[in-house]
Amino acid sequence: MNTLILRTVAPFITALMLLFSVFVLLRGHNEPGGGFIGGLIAASALAIYGIAYGVSAVRRAIRFHPMAIAGFGLLIAVISGVISIFAGVPFMTGLWIYPTLFGVEVPLATVVSFDIGVYLVVVGAITSIALALEERDHD
Amino acid sequence: MEVLFSLLIGLFFAVAIYLMMSKYTVRILLGIVILGNAVNLLLFTAGRLTREVPPIIGAGLDALPAGAANPLPQALILTAIVISFSFFAFLLVLAYRAYQELGTDNTDEMRLAEPGDEPLPPLGY
Amino acid sequence: MAASAPALTLLCLFLPFIAAFLAPVLTRAFGHKAAWLLALAPAFAFLHFASFLGEVAAGEVVTGGYAWVPSFNISFSWFLDGLSLTFALLITGIGTLIVLYSGGYMKGHPQQGRFFSFILLFMGAMLGLVISDSFLMLFVYWELTSITSFLLIGFDHERPEARRAALQAMVVTGGGGLLLLAGLIFLWNITGVTQLSLLVHVGDGLRESPFYLAALLLVLGGAFTKSAQFPFHFWLPNAMEAPTPVSAYLHSATMVKAGVYLLMRLNPVMGDTPAWQILLPFFGGVTLIAGTLLALRQTDLKLMLAYTTMASLGLLVMLTGFGADHAVEAAVLYLVAHSLFKGALFMVAGAVDHEAGTRDVTRLGGLRRAMPVTFAAGLLAALSMGGLPLFFGFLAKEEIYYALAHGDPRSIMFTTVAVIGNALMFAVAFAVGLKPFIGKHVETPKHAHEGPVLLWLGPVVLAVLGLLAGLISAPAHLYVSSPMASAVKGAPVTIDISTVPHIGLPLLLSIVTVLFGILVYLRIDSARAAMVRLLAALGPGPDRGFDHFVSGLVRLAVSVTRFVQPGRLEVYITASFILVALALLLPLFLFGELPDMPAWPRDALIQEYAFLAIALIGLFAVLKAADRLTAIVSLGIQGFAVAVLFLLFGAPDLSFTQFMVETLSVVILALVMTRLRLSPRDHRPRGQMLFDATIAIACGLGFALLLLKATQAPFNNALTEFFNAYSKVIAHGANVVNVIIVDFRGTDTLGEIAVVMVTGLAVLALIRIRVGGTRRLADNVPGKDRGAP
Repeated sequence: MNTLILRTVAPFITALMLLFSVFVLLRGHNEPGGGFIGGLIAASALAIYGIAYGVSAVRRAIRFHPMAIAGFGLLIAVISGVISIFAGVPFMTGLWIYPTLFGVEVPLATVVSFDIGVYLVVVGAITSIALALEERDHD
Repeated sequence: MEVLFSLLIGLFFAVAIYLMMSKYTVRILLGIVILGNAVNLLLFTAGRLTREVPPIIGAGLDALPAGAANPLPQALILTAIVISFSFFAFLLVLAYRAYQELGTDNTDEMRLAEPGDEPLPPLGY
Repeated sequence: MAASAPALTLLCLFLPFIAAFLAPVLTRAFGHKAAWLLALAPAFAFLHFASFLGEVAAGEVVTGGYAWVPSFNISFSWFLDGLSLTFALLITGIGTLIVLYSGGYMKGHPQQGRFFSFILLFMGAMLGLVISDSFLMLFVYWELTSITSFLLIGFDHERPEARRAALQAMVVTGGGGLLLLAGLIFLWNITGVTQLSLLVHVGDGLRESPFYLAALLLVLGGAFTKSAQFPFHFWLPNAMEAPTPVSAYLHSATMVKAGVYLLMRLNPVMGDTPAWQILLPFFGGVTLIAGTLLALRQTDLKLMLAYTTMASLGLLVMLTGFGADHAVEAAVLYLVAHSLFKGALFMVAGAVDHEAGTRDVTRLGGLRRAMPVTFAAGLLAALSMGGLPLFFGFLAKEEIYYALAHGDPRSIMFTTVAVIGNALMFAVAFAVGLKPFIGKHVETPKHAHEGPVLLWLGPVVLAVLGLLAGLISAPAHLYVSSPMASAVKGAPVTIDISTVPHIGLPLLLSIVTVLFGILVYLRIDSARAAMVRLLAALGPGPDRGFDHFVSGLVRLAVSVTRFVQPGRLEVYITASFILVALALLLPLFLFGELPDMPAWPRDALIQEYAFLAIALIGLFAVLKAADRLTAIVSLGIQGFAVAVLFLLFGAPDLSFTQFMVETLSVVILALVMTRLRLSPRDHRPRGQMLFDATIAIACGLGFALLLLKATQAPFNNALTEFFNAYSKVIAHGANVVNVIIVDFRGTDTLGEIAVVMVTGLAVLALIRIRVGGTRRLADNVPGKDRGAP
């Protein structure tokens, strides 16, 4: 699969897909999308990059071990739930704040951070599986 | 519409189960993937089918108007899809590693835990 | 004494266990002389129990105890009447002598400490058994004696015969213990009483209960196995594999009498019923005759004694159930006499074996000069066992004949049985107690000489007691026999038989017995030969049957396991789906829950038909796929078709997710499949194909019908309406699906992403386990080649 065409377009496809995945993640609360879909898109992007350039290139590109990313995501998700307890409401209750940045009101919520956690877990775990399977070719 | 879906789902189950009763790990795996789809469709249909209107609240509205699709089974199925995918990945790797280690994909020959030629336990004292 | 008596009794109950705990340490420190120290424990208990003699003789009952599980009315409580006190004295008294005897007999054995420990454990269990009041305590101690006797019989565990005997005793007596438990539960359910001492007050209700016979049979099952009654007798002779102190203790005076104890204990409650008076004398009588005949055949001193023990137990059971006036008194006297003389004879046999190196009676003779003290003890014990005047055994036998000898046919029959049994036992008694010592000297494997004091103290004390109790019978009756007989009978009884013979039928029968016995003794060799021929003609007995039973049990277990777990995944999966099909279809048909005949939908659109058809095509292509690429592609086709169906029916989220998952599935399948073989054809033979297809179609049909039925019912959308109404107002999200996932059901999602994470870790681990790692794993499977590349 190491063709010239794939190698040429792979970085662009990957970058676009990663960007798109973040977009899907963030718009998920009001439009079709969300952490699961975004995570799967990002994982596909990294898999394509891996097919074109090899596993080690992907590992270099994402800096962290994919399982570390997944673990971090799980941590974020748990923290998002636990914050509610400190706020005096039951575990996992959504909390919203509306700070104004540069004159624009930005809604932030534990729900959003929870979805980001979901996204990271899916990206990490599935990338890890895909990379582990791709790696078998090279040893 | 539910009638057609019921029939389709019955066929999905039948094919999945037929594949799962095979001796060969690869066919069992294929069966499991189809079984996942069958279950998802079952849930989806049980929540009733509604054409084309996604459960998204339009701008300016406070609640979802009648006539939109049922969101609850969708939420259940969405996580189920991801879970069954990771389950499938795990089983695939398991089958692959078993093939590597045992040199076979025939489950009848995978007798490590329950050897077929196990001697009788001692009958005397 | 009185104030601290309960605490002291409790201490005495635990003293043997404490001594058992200390025994190995003491034996390491003092060698065989530790016996003197260890014997203090039973001796102390003996003295403590002896202090109750006066009280009990006056007709009082000593009780005590502590609540154990009050909510179930279960207590740790004991009570001492004449019966349990006599047993307690026998156990601790003979126990003291046995501990001393073990010190001499097992001297120099590397595991002597363990032996002391086991025998003291047994003593504690036996003591607890006889003074227990509550059912549960009785059962626990009962099984504890089975377990400790298993340890003792299998003491020489390196010999297969010992292992077999131990296992056999364990299976028979332990199994009997379970019967007893069932019987006790019956008694409890019938009467509502959990204490033996209270049972007598509710006896009428018990005897009239329809479950009386069941309870009786179960209890008898426990008692008969423990007391080696025919046809459960075979474990007792085999148990002679145990070291002789064990035989002398467990298999003469204590454990085998537990069954008799139980029968005597229940006699006031269950005694006066036809079932009791038929079953007990019958099985007892058969055991008596079988035991004596089998004893005649033997040449091994211990085996001869073992079979006479079995016979004596039969006699005791027969007397306990006989129901005539003096039968209970006779049983009581004989039980005490038997404990004394049989214990002594076993110890004599052991001493002879220890000193002469053999216990084959045909290779022994003329030992009287070499072992005079042992000879004296053996002779006294044999005289008591033979029932000659002056001895306690004589009193017992007189009483037996008083009880049995009446005019009716039943009495005549059992009198005959008793005379034959007693005469044969007389012959065996002298074959053991006299024959090795008289006659001309026979060369033995070891040069025989008198053993140390530890070896002869026990038999001498017991034999002399047998004589004294006969000579001075009044105090013996006052303190032991009468209270015990009263307890067994459930009414005050006074025994006044003395060694002065009364002219009458019993004396005549005694004389007949003795003459017959002497006759057999003189011709014992030909009698033995006749018995050997007879038994050879009868064929294999229950002993062989036990072996067949055990091996049959193992084979049965193996074949059941192999049937249920054939080790083939295919079978497991097939069985599971057969059940699924039945679970789906049976209720639909049985309860008439089949859906109505559906109408063909008229509003289906052309694109919907198209994608349904594409999904079907993908499905059948997977089924038919003969190579990897076809399989992967067709799997993708049905997956994408499902994704489009989701999109058509208002689920864009699902659709996108399904698309991504299908894409990734194809990618990783392609990565792995290139290295996996997909057999070109399904290898199922036609018959199996049809079978599997039937199951698969049945399951599919079941799901389809279930779904049809479900969708024909009105839809309850309370939950859906809740989510639709509050998604935006409370959770500030317009995409209801996403709001449900991350907010309303967030905790659920948290669990799900944790699962995804764990799967990732598991896959990583699975791939990282290298062959070297699995090799080490394989080494743990003995004799198995993993066939790894």
